[in-house]
Amino acid sequence: MKGDDGYTKFFAFLSLFSFSMFGLVLSTNLFQIYIFWELVGVSSYLLIGYYYTKPSAVAAAKKAFIVTRFADLGFLIGILIIGYYTGTYDFETLNNPEGSAIVNWASSSFMGLSVLTWALILIFMGGAGKSAMFPLHIWLPDAMEGPTPVSALIHAATMVVAGVFLVARLFPMYYFVEDGFALNIVAFVGAFSSLFAAIIAITQTDIKRVLAFSTMSQIGYMMLALGVSGYEGHDGVGYMASMFHLFTHAMFKALLFLCAGSVIHAVHSNYLKDMGGLRKYMPITNITFLIAALAIAGVPPFAGFWSKDEILVAAFEHNKLIYYVGVFVAGLTAFYMFRLYFGIFWGKNTKYEHAPHESPLSMTFPLLVLALLSVVAGFIPFSEFITPDRVGFEAHLNYPLAAVAVTVGLIGIVLAYIFYKKENDLSDKFANGFGVFYKWAYDKFYFDEIYLFVTKKILFKGVAAPIAKFDKKYVDGTMVGIGNTTVATSEKIKGLQSGKVQDYAFAFIAGVVVIALVFIYLWTN
Amino acid sequence: MDILSLFIVVPVLTILALVFTKGLKQARIVSMIGSFVQLGMAINLVFAYFKEKAINDNIMVFTKDLVWFKQFNIHYNIGVDGISVALLLLTSIVVLAGVFISWKMKDLPKEFFVSLIVLSSGVYGFFISLDLFTMFVFFEIAVIPMYLLIGIWGSGPKEYSAMKLTLMLMGASAVLLVGILGIYFNSNADGGELTFSILEIAKVNIPFEAQKLFFPITFIGFAVIGALFPFHTWSPDGHASAPTAVSMLHAGVLMKLGGYGVFRVAMYLLPEGAMHWSWFFIILAATGVIYGAFSAIKQTDLKYINAYSSVSHLGMVLFALLMLNKTSWNGAILQSLSHGFMTALFFALIGMIYGRTHTRDVTKLGGLLKVIPFISAIYVIAGLASLGLPGFSGFVAEMNIFVGAFEHEDMFYRIATIISVSAIVVTAVYILRVVGIMLMGPVKNPAFLNLEKVTWYEKTGILLLLIPIVGMGVAPLWLSNMILKSLEPFIQGVL
Repeated sequence: MKGDDGYTKFFAFLSLFSFSMFGLVLSTNLFQIYIFWELVGVSSYLLIGYYYTKPSAVAAAKKAFIVTRFADLGFLIGILIIGYYTGTYDFETLNNPEGSAIVNWASSSFMGLSVLTWALILIFMGGAGKSAMFPLHIWLPDAMEGPTPVSALIHAATMVVAGVFLVARLFPMYYFVEDGFALNIVAFVGAFSSLFAAIIAITQTDIKRVLAFSTMSQIGYMMLALGVSGYEGHDGVGYMASMFHLFTHAMFKALLFLCAGSVIHAVHSNYLKDMGGLRKYMPITNITFLIAALAIAGVPPFAGFWSKDEILVAAFEHNKLIYYVGVFVAGLTAFYMFRLYFGIFWGKNTKYEHAPHESPLSMTFPLLVLALLSVVAGFIPFSEFITPDRVGFEAHLNYPLAAVAVTVGLIGIVLAYIFYKKENDLSDKFANGFGVFYKWAYDKFYFDEIYLFVTKKILFKGVAAPIAKFDKKYVDGTMVGIGNTTVATSEKIKGLQSGKVQDYAFAFIAGVVVIALVFIYLWTN
Repeated sequence: MDILSLFIVVPVLTILALVFTKGLKQARIVSMIGSFVQLGMAINLVFAYFKEKAINDNIMVFTKDLVWFKQFNIHYNIGVDGISVALLLLTSIVVLAGVFISWKMKDLPKEFFVSLIVLSSGVYGFFISLDLFTMFVFFEIAVIPMYLLIGIWGSGPKEYSAMKLTLMLMGASAVLLVGILGIYFNSNADGGELTFSILEIAKVNIPFEAQKLFFPITFIGFAVIGALFPFHTWSPDGHASAPTAVSMLHAGVLMKLGGYGVFRVAMYLLPEGAMHWSWFFIILAATGVIYGAFSAIKQTDLKYINAYSSVSHLGMVLFALLMLNKTSWNGAILQSLSHGFMTALFFALIGMIYGRTHTRDVTKLGGLLKVIPFISAIYVIAGLASLGLPGFSGFVAEMNIFVGAFEHEDMFYRIATIISVSAIVVTAVYILRVVGIMLMGPVKNPAFLNLEKVTWYEKTGILLLLIPIVGMGVAPLWLSNMILKSLEPFIQGVL
């Protein structure tokens, strides 16, 4: 990136982002978090649009901002409702299980649900927008137009998980208000998003987009973990695991993005078809990518294994359906990640115009640090620090469940190995087997098109254009009409003041005659 | 000479001095000095107000009362509270920025600056008046120079726009005069003399029937200049034809007269009428908020976009005033100020862009961030402020409005609030659309590659407006305290 136009601007925006993100994390009340929430949104806008002469980057930035802004509308209304009914924005007061906010949740209801449940659902809408949950996910893949470090930092590790953080911040409210109705929504939206994104990720060919969908899928994982969590003691394992996964995911996903950046730097393309056999040219990137892929696939002893295992334990204990979805997604994750790995570093031996070479130390050093973290982060005893009721507990490995998860992950890896290790047409046959479904997934189930239809056709052509026209034609038309009528009327009646005495005399006498006739008529009756 | 009358005397002296100037250079120096003095006086007034308020707990301070026309009991009665002090500060800053932006005024500079200063003196007079009749006179003084300013120095269909603007505002004034006279003839309801004095009338219990009749009349009379839907159509055409400084003053200051008048006269003097009618005008105001925002999406002329954006933002002011509670009133005044600075900044920037590229059509512009980075970057900042980003004035104002408006038990107010809140999304759409098309992307026209760099006087004008926007966003508390204290008498009227 060095030598780019506006190199300093990049660091200024990045610092703005850090400022806002720290502010967000350190907030003690809803309003403060909203302020910083908006600020991280705008830093993300500025950073996605960093290559501002590229129309696709501009469009992506705009899309990201407007979609999250729409979600924030829900967030803001949720804040207003909570502020009005509970009289406080303070997390400490709101989250107190014996506090008035939680005890009096049933005080007022609206359309069959408690108003606080509505507020929590609306706040979750804000979180879902920022965290790219279905159906507000459409901005995240496009956000990859930004510089790769930005994708790694903002759109993989930190900002996108703000939604998870928000739900976790208000977790006691989600859990207690109306027996966790809003929390169930969180769980199902999370589970569905993780499945949905994983399916799309398998089909994409732009490596950054694969990673973007993978991020969405993993955030769905965190959301579903929150959604199935309990509150007290070991029951809160879901909450703990969610935060744990948030933490470990930041390590290996940032690593994956930086590796992808290093690869893109070397081959000057984002597309899988232009890569292959890179292990010979880029040994460090190869190894670090492998570590990250193993971590996200949940292979012990890498970081992802520990956090993912605990999420699955929580899901198993509370909701079997979500557990099965989770296990399936774990398999898919392993598969698409190794599809990427084999596709980039093994597979066909692409002929490169310029022989790709390993990136300089300034780029490989962060890779090595993150790779180390991806290995060891799983050993942090998270359960002793972060639990919903703030009392630590001892977390154990649940061996049968862990074995299932690891087996499923390994199956995914093996399948990817068969399909992509050597150049062959198995994968094409496999894709063809799914027929039209593959095409749908490749086109991201047409959500972009649906949104375009709603915004362009309905809001733009169906609302804004008619309003503008109405304004010109009728509202303004009425005013102009009044003016024209005045002019026309005076045009008509100006003949009355002709200045001719005869005319006046005639009018005078005619008037007298008419009045006389009227009087005579009245008199005779 | 008392501290407030100076606000009228200094512009008059400036005008007298201008009469003796020759050429652009002298005219602009004199105007600049005059406006600087005004700004200094306004800043001084803020400090003086805080000092005075600490020892004097009257509703209005620095009052002065002279009989002007005995027969009808018309007085020259002036005084300020926190709200008027804040608006005076706004006016003085925008006028000074306007003078800097017109630094290179080519045609008839002397006459231009004279009209500009006349306009500003009308605005100052309006904000300090405590007598309905005097207030009305100043209102007219502020409106009439608009006709000349647009008709002579404007562009495009300037005669049409000037005529339309003046006729619609004059029509509103006629309605307003009926309202004011209605209040006047009911001012002896508790016995005593007929009076135009706002403070005196506020103590009188005007019969409910009269309030019911005259509230809508007075409200509409003022609200036309505050761009109330559906009486807003003078504003887009007027802005589009007006020269830059006039657009700035017009949108930044003149349109604030509407909200201020509604608050100070219609709602303060006829509180029961306000309560009776609020639902009706809330519908109009909330419609205006959304309607203006959607209209702005579809426009291609920069000035039209900004004019409709003003309709939306000022709809928010009226909406907040009608919510009848302290928090949203505070928000309404803050929104008035914030919109004043923001929209003036927008028009200044649009003027600079137009001056360089000779087009205001968004679709013909592109990639300006590359060629005029300073102006473009400020445009982005102004845009972000306008869509209510925390850290800028708009956020503070809007949050006050929304929190206040949401405090109503009644479902109707709630729904109206949610409708208005949703404007924040639409605002983001039209702002980012312009930023995306006009500032970002590739440079569309090779002629843009060597545009003139920003000059020192343009920078000064921009900074004058940008500082308050950021200042209000980062440290709104002192201002908000000043306003909140002044809201007490209004609250007592409504409750």
